[in-house]
Order: sequence, then C-alpha cells, then structure tokens
Amino acid sequence: MEKNFLEVDKLQVAFRTDKGEVVSVDEVTFQLKQGETIGIVGESGCGKSVTSLSVMRLLGRTGMIKKGSIQFNGKDLTKLSEAQMREIRGNEISMIFQEPMTSLNPVFTIGNQMLELIHLHMNMSKSEARAYAIEMLKKVGIPRAEQLIDEYPHKLSGGMRQRVMIAMALSCKPSLLIADEPTTALDVTIQAQILELMKRLRQESNTAIMIISHDLGVIAEMADKVLVMYAGQVVEEADVFTLFDEPKHPYTKGLMESIPHLEHDSQKKLFSIPGTVPNLHMMPKGCRFHDRCPYATEKCVTEQPPLLSIPDNHNHRVRCWLLDEQQQQTPTDSRSEVIA
Amino acid sequence: MNKNTTENQTPILTVEKLKKYYPIKKGIISRTVGQVKAVDGLDFSIYPGETLALVGESGCGKSTTGRAIVQLDPPTEGKVVFRGKEMASLSGAELRKARTDLQIIFQDPYSSLNPRKRIGDLLAEPLLAHQLAEKSEVSKKVDDILEIVGLNKYHRSRYPHEFSGGQRQRIGIARALILQPKLIVCDEPVSALDVSIQAQVLNLLKDLQKDFQLTYLFIAHGLGAVKYISDRIAIMYLGKIVELAKTQDIFKNPRHPYTQALLHAYPIPNPHLRNRERIVMEGDVPNPANPPKGCGFHTRCPLAKDICREQIPGLTGTNHSVACHFPVG
Repeated sequence: MEKNFLEVDKLQVAFRTDKGEVVSVDEVTFQLKQGETIGIVGESGCGKSVTSLSVMRLLGRTGMIKKGSIQFNGKDLTKLSEAQMREIRGNEISMIFQEPMTSLNPVFTIGNQMLELIHLHMNMSKSEARAYAIEMLKKVGIPRAEQLIDEYPHKLSGGMRQRVMIAMALSCKPSLLIADEPTTALDVTIQAQILELMKRLRQESNTAIMIISHDLGVIAEMADKVLVMYAGQVVEEADVFTLFDEPKHPYTKGLMESIPHLEHDSQKKLFSIPGTVPNLHMMPKGCRFHDRCPYATEKCVTEQPPLLSIPDNHNHRVRCWLLDEQQQQTPTDSRSEVIA
Repeated sequence: MNKNTTENQTPILTVEKLKKYYPIKKGIISRTVGQVKAVDGLDFSIYPGETLALVGESGCGKSTTGRAIVQLDPPTEGKVVFRGKEMASLSGAELRKARTDLQIIFQDPYSSLNPRKRIGDLLAEPLLAHQLAEKSEVSKKVDDILEIVGLNKYHRSRYPHEFSGGQRQRIGIARALILQPKLIVCDEPVSALDVSIQAQVLNLLKDLQKDFQLTYLFIAHGLGAVKYISDRIAIMYLGKIVELAKTQDIFKNPRHPYTQALLHAYPIPNPHLRNRERIVMEGDVPNPANPPKGCGFHTRCPLAKDICREQIPGLTGTNHSVACHFPVG
C-alpha cells in the first residue's frame, strides 16, 4: 500500500463579507496518493474551487482556513509561513486555471513568463532555462515552439494558451497538479486534445492530479476517485467506477440523470433537480440538500447527516440519512417537475 | 415535438445564401483591409413546429446567423424570408411588426436584463413598445407569463440581481414569449447554467413549444442539449453548414468527418468507456479572416486529399445533406 502524500482533514474555510462571515467549505476530508487523480465535481458555488485554492493557500485577504489540516509530504500547509508556502507553490504543487486568457500576463512574452518561473525554482542558467522551456512547450504539443516562445499570449488560441499554462505548471516537476476547470472555456474538440495531453503527461511523470469540474463527462474520463460536493460539503465520495455505477446520494443521482446523454432517448423528459443551490448566507438546517430532495424526511430537515461509509464498501462514503436507515426506495414516477 | 416536418409543408423561415462579413479596418482613415467571413453562404429552411439546431464551435458563425435572421445584425448578402416576407425589404414599421413573431433569447441572462428595472416593467416593456395590450391588461398579462415560465406574480417587483441564473433565463424566455411569437431564436440559452438547472430550462422550452406551437432555431455548441431538443441539426464549421440532417441521423450515421470528430470529442460520463477508440482532431479552427483554400476543414481533416485543398464542396443531398468531397458511410 502506498502512503498518502496529501491528506486533507475536516477542512473548513470561511470568508469575511459585508454581511458577516460565511463558511464556504465545511468538513472536507480526502486523501491522495502519488500518481492518483482525484476529481471534484459540483455546481457553481459548491466550494470545489475554494477547496483547491485552500491547498495552495490562495484564499486572498478575506478568506481563511478556520479548522482542519492539510498534510502534504509530512508538512501541515495550514501552519506554514507565507515564505515557506512560496517554496511549495510552483515547485511541489502547481495549478492551472479555467481562463487561460486571464492567467497569462498579456504584456510579457510566453518565454518571459516561463523563464521567470524556471529561473526562480530550478536554478538554471539563462540559456539552459530557455532550452528547457522550449522542450516543455514541445512536450505539450505546441508547434514551432522555438518561435512561439517569443510571442505574446494574444497571438495564441485558447487551446494553445492552456497548453502553455500546462507546460508552465509542469516545468518544475510538481508532485501535485491542481487543475481548476481546465477545459471549461474551451471548445469540445480542443477539450478532447487537452484531456488527452493531461492523461499522457500523467503517465510520463506520475504526477498526482486534482481535477475540478462541473462536467461529469470530464470527471469520468480523468479521475480515479471522485468527491461530489454540494453547498460546501462532500456529499459522496467513491472510486470513479463505483460512483458512476452505483451512485447513492440523491444529489449525485440527480446530477447524473440530468445530463442529456448522447445516447439518451430524446422523447423522454429530461430529469431535473428542482430548485436551486442554497445561498451561503442562508444554509438550510439539517441536510443541505433536503429542500431539493425528493426523498427528504423529518430527520433530514432538522439534523445534519454525517459522511459515512456504506457497509459493503469501506471507501464509498455518503452523506445521507436515508442510507443510514436503509430505506431508500427505488424511485417511482413521482419525479414530477417542481420549479424554482 | 412535431414529427410531421414533411417536405410539402411551407417553411416558416427560409434562409438563402446568407452571408455576413465584418470589415477589418486599419489606419487613421479606417481603410478596409480585409473581411472576416463570419457567415459564408448559408441555405436552410425551418418548418412550423420544429426545432432546428445550429451546432458548432466558437467562431463558426452560429450566433451571427441567429442575429442576422432577427435583423439585429443585418446580413451582408442573401435573403431571410420569414412567413413569406423578405426581412431586408421591410420598412422600419413593418420590421417592428414582423419582430413580434420573431423573438430571440440570449445566452447570458446576466447581461441581457436591465439591472435597474423591475421584472414587471421588463416584461411589460415589449407589450407597450409594440402596443399589443391596453395599459389595464398589461399587469394581468405579465402575471400570466410569469406563471407560464414557472415563476410567480410576487416576483414582479424584484430586480434581476435577486434571481438565480436559471430564474433569470426564465425571465428572458418570458420576455420573448409575452409577444406570442411564432419563431424563437434561442442563442445558447442553457450554456451559462449549471447542469441541474440546464435540464429545468430545456424541459421548460420543450413544454412551451408544445403548448404554444412554437418553432425554434436552437443555437448551441454542445451536442448533448441539442440531441434532446431538436428535430434536425445543422453542423457549422467556419461560416458554412457542413452537414444537415435529422437528429437521429446525425448521431447514428454522421457523414462529415468534422461531425464524426465532434461526436468523438464529447466526454462520456461513463468511466468504463474511457479507453475507447476515438478520433482526436489535431490543431485549431482556422482564422475566419484568412480561411484556407478549398474545404475549410481540410487543415484538420484526416481524410483530406488534393481536391479538398482546391475546391469548396457544396452541400448536397436532400434529406441528409453533407458538404464533403469524400463523405463517410
């Protein structure tokens, strides 16, 4: 058994706002082994990005880690000083963002931006660093890398920019790569290219990846295990096959059924989860999903369910009272449309 | 959904050789130095009660087509015939009148609603502008339409920022629907929404189509939603339609190499299929200001031959048309 090199334990993150403090991520726990890929899936505002930003400690001035720990290679990231953290960012953990347009500096050339980082972290001479940068660009499939390295970001297409971001993120050989919606801003055919690239690089370098996406398709393609988040909490956790074969939480099920599959029968009504995600300022009492859940009971309204393993699979954890009581019935046609 | 989209019906909308070029200007006197051929010669018809989807990647000209049809961006060349009238020949007053039957829903419900107006006023505006209702009836009509799109009359006095994305898109739909149009151009109406909310809005659009005998031109970049809502699909690439067929035929028997690649590119939410064989297209979409000679797709096409680099293939075939020198299957 390989050891976990990243262990996030009962993480709670809060932000100060004008209307008081809001907790945007609560009780998030997960582990990651070397070379493993974890997918975090959920709708906007569920806390998936905040979870990843906390690992990088990039929460800005208003955000703070209130509780919990993040053990990374034996160090607790929540306790490190800013200077120590800077050593880790880029070197050991690096990140790619959704918008390759805004994460590259428009007034510097690609080469400028790559060399800065290689120079800072890898102790190479100028000419070595340049050769290395070109090598990295070639690795991520950038044609004419020798010329493009001297171009400005606006000359590149969205897909090319994302490749540059990946090249930058991987150039210091991090052990963990965080990809926050890496393909959301891209077209489907370009998305397919980038996902293939990430798979290939993962094989070559054995980098662990934390991939965040709202798209269950992307998660199914990439992840080994998956966290499903809803309203700041993990509602279900399992390996990717179990999750897609036997989803247990009503939210996970609803999410899966509401995707219009390509092989979906178009005559059937599309399943949709009624209502909307609750506001962080006004989190419902009890289970956070109860007001949208077709199976909610008295208990769900008043008491918050814990994240518990299901009896026959220790690694499959679900946050739902129904499972606890084993009274989850097979859904009938009562899934009528209720509208927000 | 209307299954009887037979050939002997008269189309509600016909588009002939539609072109939209944007000039590229340079210098102090803004000389035109080139043209972006955003839409380059489209021909298609939409029959009453059906949904035709326009699908393609960003920059393929699908939204421009939608805007050109509604005359928000009048076309450079070509004809748009809506219910027997050519849109370009209409006078200002006539065009206004035609627009009550031809509405559009935009992608971004955040920027398409005036943030300073209450929902009630936003919805009453089209009625008053087109003088379709007496002042006394307006408020009743607004209440009714809110009900129809799944909101309620208590929402009238609220401002757009008080609504979620899905609710705002419902308001956008209500605003188009209140004029009782015949055809609605839906420009990526669900792309900005979360998955669970997308399904709600798609179901709503489908229900409304049945209840009000609407015809949709549904513009989208993803094939998932389109499969669910449309009767026929037109796949666009670089300002041209490359394939046009019934929805089932596009999915079961795609004939253009681009359509095939598009279907392969879609991530499937089933981890057991992650190692399937598939075509991953290389490269990017060419710049529409400087399109390649011959077939626009030849730079990325695995089947391209010499003729593809020379001649532009026309859209041929009656029921399942495809623009390719070497169609598959």
